[in-house]
Amino acid sequence: MRPFRAAGGMSRRSFLRTSTAAAGGLLVALYLEPSGRAGGPGAPPDAFVRIAPDGSVVIVVNRIEVGQGIHTALPMILADELDADWSAVTAELAPVADVYKDPMLGMQMVGGSTSTADSFTQYRELGAKTRAMLVTTAATRWGVGPGRCRTEKSVVYGPGGRSATYGELAADAARQPVPDRVPLKSPSEFRLIGTGVRRLDGRAKCNGSQKFGLDLALPGMKTALIARPPVFGGKVRSFDARSARAIDGVKDIFEVPLVSGRGVAVVADGFWPAKVARDRLALDWDVTGVEHADTDALRAAYKDKAKRTATVALALGDATAIDNPTIVAEYEFPFLAHAPMEPLNAVVRFDGDRAEAWIGSMAGTADQAAIAQVLGLPPAKVTCHIEFAGGGFGRRGPLDCHLVREAAAIAKQLPGTPVKLVWTREDDIKGGYYRPMFVHRVQIAAGPDGKPSAWKHVIVGQSFMKDTGLPFEPYLVKDGVDSLVVEGTVNNPYAIPNIHVSTDQTKVNVPVLSWRSIGYTHNTFVVETMIDELAARAKIDPIAYRLGLFKPDAKRFISSMKLLRDNTAWRTSLGAGHGFGVACGMYNGTAIACAVDVSIEDGRPRIHRATAALDCGLAVNPLTIEAQVHSGFVFGLTQIVAGGAITIKDGIVQQRNLDSFAPPYMAETPVAIDVHIVPSGEAPTGMGETPVPVISPAVVNALAAVTGKRYRTLPLVKL
Amino acid sequence: MKTYQLRVNGEAKSATVDPSTPLLWVLREGLALTGTKYGCGIGACGACTVHLDGVATRSCLVPVALVGDRAITTIEGIGKDAVGAAVQGAWVETDVVQCGYCQSGQIMTAVALLKSNRDPSDAEVEQSMGGNLCRCGTYVRIRAAVRAAARSR
Amino acid sequence: MTRIGILIVLAAACGRTSKADGLAAWSDVYAVLVSPRCLDCHTATSFPEQGDDRHRHFAHVTRGPDGRGVPGFTCAGCHQEGNSDSTGVPGAHGWHLAPLAMRWQDEAGTAMASGDVCRAITDRSKNAGLDGDGLVKHHETEPLVLWAWSPGVRPDGTARSVPPMTHDAFVRATRRWVAAGTPCP
Repeated sequence: MRPFRAAGGMSRRSFLRTSTAAAGGLLVALYLEPSGRAGGPGAPPDAFVRIAPDGSVVIVVNRIEVGQGIHTALPMILADELDADWSAVTAELAPVADVYKDPMLGMQMVGGSTSTADSFTQYRELGAKTRAMLVTTAATRWGVGPGRCRTEKSVVYGPGGRSATYGELAADAARQPVPDRVPLKSPSEFRLIGTGVRRLDGRAKCNGSQKFGLDLALPGMKTALIARPPVFGGKVRSFDARSARAIDGVKDIFEVPLVSGRGVAVVADGFWPAKVARDRLALDWDVTGVEHADTDALRAAYKDKAKRTATVALALGDATAIDNPTIVAEYEFPFLAHAPMEPLNAVVRFDGDRAEAWIGSMAGTADQAAIAQVLGLPPAKVTCHIEFAGGGFGRRGPLDCHLVREAAAIAKQLPGTPVKLVWTREDDIKGGYYRPMFVHRVQIAAGPDGKPSAWKHVIVGQSFMKDTGLPFEPYLVKDGVDSLVVEGTVNNPYAIPNIHVSTDQTKVNVPVLSWRSIGYTHNTFVVETMIDELAARAKIDPIAYRLGLFKPDAKRFISSMKLLRDNTAWRTSLGAGHGFGVACGMYNGTAIACAVDVSIEDGRPRIHRATAALDCGLAVNPLTIEAQVHSGFVFGLTQIVAGGAITIKDGIVQQRNLDSFAPPYMAETPVAIDVHIVPSGEAPTGMGETPVPVISPAVVNALAAVTGKRYRTLPLVKL
Repeated sequence: MKTYQLRVNGEAKSATVDPSTPLLWVLREGLALTGTKYGCGIGACGACTVHLDGVATRSCLVPVALVGDRAITTIEGIGKDAVGAAVQGAWVETDVVQCGYCQSGQIMTAVALLKSNRDPSDAEVEQSMGGNLCRCGTYVRIRAAVRAAARSR
Repeated sequence: MTRIGILIVLAAACGRTSKADGLAAWSDVYAVLVSPRCLDCHTATSFPEQGDDRHRHFAHVTRGPDGRGVPGFTCAGCHQEGNSDSTGVPGAHGWHLAPLAMRWQDEAGTAMASGDVCRAITDRSKNAGLDGDGLVKHHETEPLVLWAWSPGVRPDGTARSVPPMTHDAFVRATRRWVAAGTPCP
């Protein structure tokens, strides 16, 4: 999701209040005013820090952990300002509540690579204020001024050799007033921030003890699968469940409304009986009255539309018509499934006047509201626990909240019973919410210096935001153009005097979603391969060409590309048959430049090495940043592996599981990746999405160096 | 429904299920051992990997009726084994995991590799580990952690 | 008619199979050997195939040093002693790839010509030393061969296709071909 600054963010003023935690010790909570709630036991969940008498520190994270490492990063930030002993720190994921909303976006969510950026100062202040109260407590006890105390690793040290641990001080600190403002550390005082701290959840994820949403088992819980229409929006006309009901463990089978269409829910004691029973349903589907999308027909239609100018997104100078283009290029991008490792699931229990849910949700506030709407409850009556999830990539925050709506609709039929709705992998691959299909048509005129003088670009494909009426829409769709469709083109870093970008935002009966880096996934591919072609034509080195073409204010593009240049000495000793390829991009303030060493083995690209150089402002945790580069590169390579396409014939998705939609396995990804970070003291910007769009263009640029061919139709089926 | 006597992580367990039930779901739901994961159900991702008499096996594929009296080892029990502990230690030291969902299967596969080959080459590591899918992209650190585990023994 | 020609006619008259009969029998045997259930494992590459369209086996499954996969990722790790119809996985005792000496297709996946397959399977330096009787026994009793006629169902519940004649007919054709002296076209 692209970030924006919602007016107001948190609409009520927030302040800290301390109280005694239920088990003793200090509870530091964030309250919103006006608040009719007193703190203490039974108060709504709104704590951020708990310090127990034994000194253990629990930090509550206002984000879901989907692998991005926020479960470690935000606690690091708070613990640093708190001067806590890191070995005594553990973290929890916050349930859905107002106080856990992203301070800039006004919703509890992850997306847009905003988690660290938006909560950096928030968590620093929480840590600093908590520390200040502990110091004041000790100082008061000793009869000295707080300025004569210092803190280190959960201990306050005072004059004359005095000391007291945070655990010892916690109970009294609960009686302190919260200071309005406290100074934050200067970067030279950081002990944790800026260091490669290993993940807090690492061990549990290595011994099977980490629970994900799919692992939940609650007393009396039932598992539900939904038989879904073969064409999006189809409705079940009738069904015969006799054979299905004969399966041991099947509890109930009934029709259930979907966000689009109607299906049949099978509720059973466990996953396997539900699956076997669902397979035995005899279903009659009504698939009339809905569009039967067909990717062959769409491709032809899109290619036709791409020849015409559509809704203008950017008109700089004059590139409306280019008489003698140096390059004319057409690009094709397929639908792509997100395919997170953990299949989608949600648990909901409806108790008449209230409900409880356990969701691996990237959009907690929205999902809570959706469950409440389906159940006819006020959102405050729906307690939502946020679970660790096996990968998000945007798929776990669908704008229509379809997953939790389906789960709530089933739970509504079974009051008092926790219902775990599971999407099988087949449901996931066939169920839509893809990165949309796109066709681009680009015409570029190059000047005698080899630089582009005019660039005309038409983008044809779906917007998942336009005409949805959702709260984010006015920030993202302006003058009829969804910025998420054109991002990467209209905001490219290159000094091109004449640019014309237009888009035909099509409406197709295929649900679509962000696929991590949204518009950049296709737009950056086009821009970076076109730039590479221009460089090759001008016989200028691809790094030097870009450095010579960046706008002067593209500071982070420049810094990261220079760092790349300084870390790719290996390019002079490439093996025979190896190619060197470069690409760069930016996402929400973080810029990245990437270079790869690629050869062809058994007819497929073999990526021997990838070097990444990035500028993300302050690097909170270099170990996590490196991991995000690994992650984005592998995820981004889904675009070029042979199995990376969803095709649809007469409304029916042709792929069914990870055999037919095959994401990148180890051999198809870089053997080695080295990551370099531009040293910076600027506020941190995110990493989740930045690396994804640059790896595929870098690889095909390298392939072009090997084969002389340009690859503009994805995925790469034949080299 | 039939009752099966199973040996899981050295303990005798029993489960009463339909014979067609894959071992994966007997473990996860019958025996509450949720460390073994469901990723695809067709053996394409490896998240469900356990050991049957030490052989790395994709448990989503094996109906409980075909297990017989083979000893079952899951991620919950592999730490008791010296190679298992070395692999888990290397995984933590190398900070391999991201979302972590595939990692039980990755670790079980790595243990089977290292029990058979104490010092695999990079190519051998890639062949053995290369059928386990990771959507978070931890492959580079997996390679390093397998090498580190091999060296630590 | 030559002396040899008289002997051949006499041999035929005594019920021994003629070369022409043998070649006809071979063409039946060949039809089975290049059907998908057999070709999927008689590959020329470092990987098996699967399906009637003989696409590369998913998940980067690899041949390994002796056709049984690699440590941690062996054939038998997924393919059990019998078919797992509830999960769509075929199985038989000792599931593994035929050795590269017994490849019946080229690396691009095109089935070898009839004569080439015939010469390959009768080459005792390549076929594990099998003589005619050995070939009959292999076709008649080898579990992986028998499996081709009860190959189980796919994950989507549909039945896998079987070779283009019954196992009995395949064995009879093998016998006729062997009786004719395993002639190759």
